[in-house]
Amino acid sequence: MNKLIVSPSPHAHGPESTQRIMLDVIIALAPAMLVSILASGWSVLMLILVGVASCVLTEFAVQKYLLKRPVTVSDLSAVVTGCLLALNLPPNSPWWLIVIGSIVAIGVAKMSFGGLGQNIFNPALVGRVFLLVSFPVLMTSWDDGGSLFGIVDAFSGATPLGAVKEGLKNGMTLSQIPADDLTFSQQFFFNLGGSAGELSAIALILGFIYLLCRRVIKATIPVTILCTVFVISGIFWLANPERFTNPVFNVFTGGLLLGAIFMATDYVTSPMTTKGQIIFGIGIGLITVFVRYFGSYPEGVSFAILIMNCAVPLLNKYCKPRRFGEVKKNG
Amino acid sequence: MKKTFKIGGVHPHDNKISSAAATEIFPAIGTAYVSMAQHLGAPATPVVAAGDKVKVGQVIAEPSGFISGFVHSPVSGTVKSVAPRADIAGNMVMHVEITVEGDEWMEDIDRSDKIVKDIPYSPQEIIDKVKKAGVVGLGGASFPTHVKLAPPKDKKAECLILNGTECEPYLTSDDRIMRERPEEILIGGAIMMKALGVDRGYVGIEENKPDAIASMTKAAAAFPQIQVVVLKKRYPQGGEKQLIDAVIGRQVPSGALPIDTGAVVQNVGTSLAVYEAVQKNKPLIDNVITVTGRCLPVQHNYKVRIGTPMSKILEVAGGLPENAAKVISGGPMMGRAIANLDAATVKANGAILVLTAEETRRGPESACIRCSKCAQACPMGLEPWLLNKLSRAGGRYDELEQERVFDCIECGCCSFTCPAGIPLLDMIRISKAEVMKIIRSRVKK
Repeated sequence: MNKLIVSPSPHAHGPESTQRIMLDVIIALAPAMLVSILASGWSVLMLILVGVASCVLTEFAVQKYLLKRPVTVSDLSAVVTGCLLALNLPPNSPWWLIVIGSIVAIGVAKMSFGGLGQNIFNPALVGRVFLLVSFPVLMTSWDDGGSLFGIVDAFSGATPLGAVKEGLKNGMTLSQIPADDLTFSQQFFFNLGGSAGELSAIALILGFIYLLCRRVIKATIPVTILCTVFVISGIFWLANPERFTNPVFNVFTGGLLLGAIFMATDYVTSPMTTKGQIIFGIGIGLITVFVRYFGSYPEGVSFAILIMNCAVPLLNKYCKPRRFGEVKKNG
Repeated sequence: MKKTFKIGGVHPHDNKISSAAATEIFPAIGTAYVSMAQHLGAPATPVVAAGDKVKVGQVIAEPSGFISGFVHSPVSGTVKSVAPRADIAGNMVMHVEITVEGDEWMEDIDRSDKIVKDIPYSPQEIIDKVKKAGVVGLGGASFPTHVKLAPPKDKKAECLILNGTECEPYLTSDDRIMRERPEEILIGGAIMMKALGVDRGYVGIEENKPDAIASMTKAAAAFPQIQVVVLKKRYPQGGEKQLIDAVIGRQVPSGALPIDTGAVVQNVGTSLAVYEAVQKNKPLIDNVITVTGRCLPVQHNYKVRIGTPMSKILEVAGGLPENAAKVISGGPMMGRAIANLDAATVKANGAILVLTAEETRRGPESACIRCSKCAQACPMGLEPWLLNKLSRAGGRYDELEQERVFDCIECGCCSFTCPAGIPLLDMIRISKAEVMKIIRSRVKK
């Protein structure tokens, strides 16, 4: 006689799991990680490995020894944070920098709120911003130690956005600022200045397409952010092209793509409904453009996402999904 | 473009592995246990006693309220007892136990294969015949059909929708009858349209049943008022509200009845039962039950007399395999797990599904990652993650009501899709029951 299970419906479950979703994000980040390893050499690979290891270890230690709860590092969410943090640092950062960033990201931004699903702010961004304000020199030094396999020559210099900010500060107009940092094709395929993850737009877009195909994320947030940045910077640029950078430049530089595709779409810290996601995306786009044009930092994506993270609980409360039966009468 | 409903939904593997198995007649043998609670509403009152001789189709119980129904003997033989007996969940329900002797039918039942097309009856006569035959909705809810055919005076029916979606995975009984008896189903539809006084009828069928679509479309050529509508494969398309949305593009407002959209939905199995009741004088005494599961060596669609113990059906079908872990009455999404295999079938039983532990595994629950997949999957536009949170917070019924927990149709899309394995529907059911209680007590005051 069989012993039968009796439980309420549904009796079947879909194939999705948290672990699989996190694995998909890691796979989607692979092209960007590969490009930065090829461009900047082993230092980036070291950053990724150290970042992942220290994020996982921090989570493990907090869960096991501090909270004495079941350890859930196998859900891979800490691995994602480690990868993202590594891609948010200058490629030549020392190993201890990412260790500190990881401890802040996981320990402070994630575990102190209660772990996965409970945090208000994107952990990797909190780690990055913590490092940015604590180690401003290290976090904005883009000297490269040399590239792997000699694909590109060693270079040193500011990021395109940094160069613009610096130039404008020194009273130059945009046309006087060295233009080779500003060409579109470079940005799109291979741009050498910036954080590890900002090097190649095409690699990030590949990851985006993968996430969409796997239905891990919807296009709503990234598309809203990019459109907002394009439109708003377009208006400024049309008004004064000597003072304000052009919209294409704004979309493809800095961490905008990385942030829009991988950080702003973090489930935990983004709104649940399409309506909320659109407002969230517009907010990020606006803040990004204003920080870039008027702020003292050359780059604003991290701040924009963190600021909008604060608004998520409110957006969830007031932006409800379309209920069944609430459409216009008759179809 | 194929039609479908507009909000939510999931795509479970359809597992229609029994669709090739033609309907077999399951023999009426041994003992039949006929439940008095085979319909939504008040249980029927038995009108037979131990020792009485009964024929197939003889009334053995009468309705005990407005929403209630007749019950007929599915077999011929001697009434052995009228006593409580455990149903599939183990609850004690009044049953009439009949020892089968031969197979003698009531004389007025037309048992020939001849298809009767003419409908000489008035709407009221149709409704009476349907009521007398004990026809209930065979899609799962077992709502007495005659009640649905007589909408309240202030509501106006505009069209009839026959539900041939069979969106639940595994189930194939509707598929089989649409392939085997399309004309009778459509006559049943025409009868109900006459009763309702409507001149538009639709049959909604999901695209994964091409043979049923072909056979129904062919038969529908003779019924200019009835149109076969091919629907995308998407669960829960067969939900009454979802089907109305899919077929005529109207959504039932929260708290309103489907009839408020002008649509009356009936399952194709019900339609067949209506045909038999009205044209052949045959009460609802049997139905087609799919016996399926990947762990079963042979798949079956049986035409079974009501009151046959499930254990008997499984035994004839080849026995329960060693690795069977869950036996379900119905499909994997909304079916009920059977606690008592000796329970007898009732009118609305559509399937016996056998799953292994692996197939029905509930993963370990982990933290909600706020992916909102449950909200995207909810066909009612609710936020299951929030309802779950409020339910667990305990007693936040005001907020649960505001978030329209009572709109939940319990389709299971949220639990199905949740990557964190959270039993969302379980939590929602608990608070839904509480909130409904509160709403009802408020109405009384």
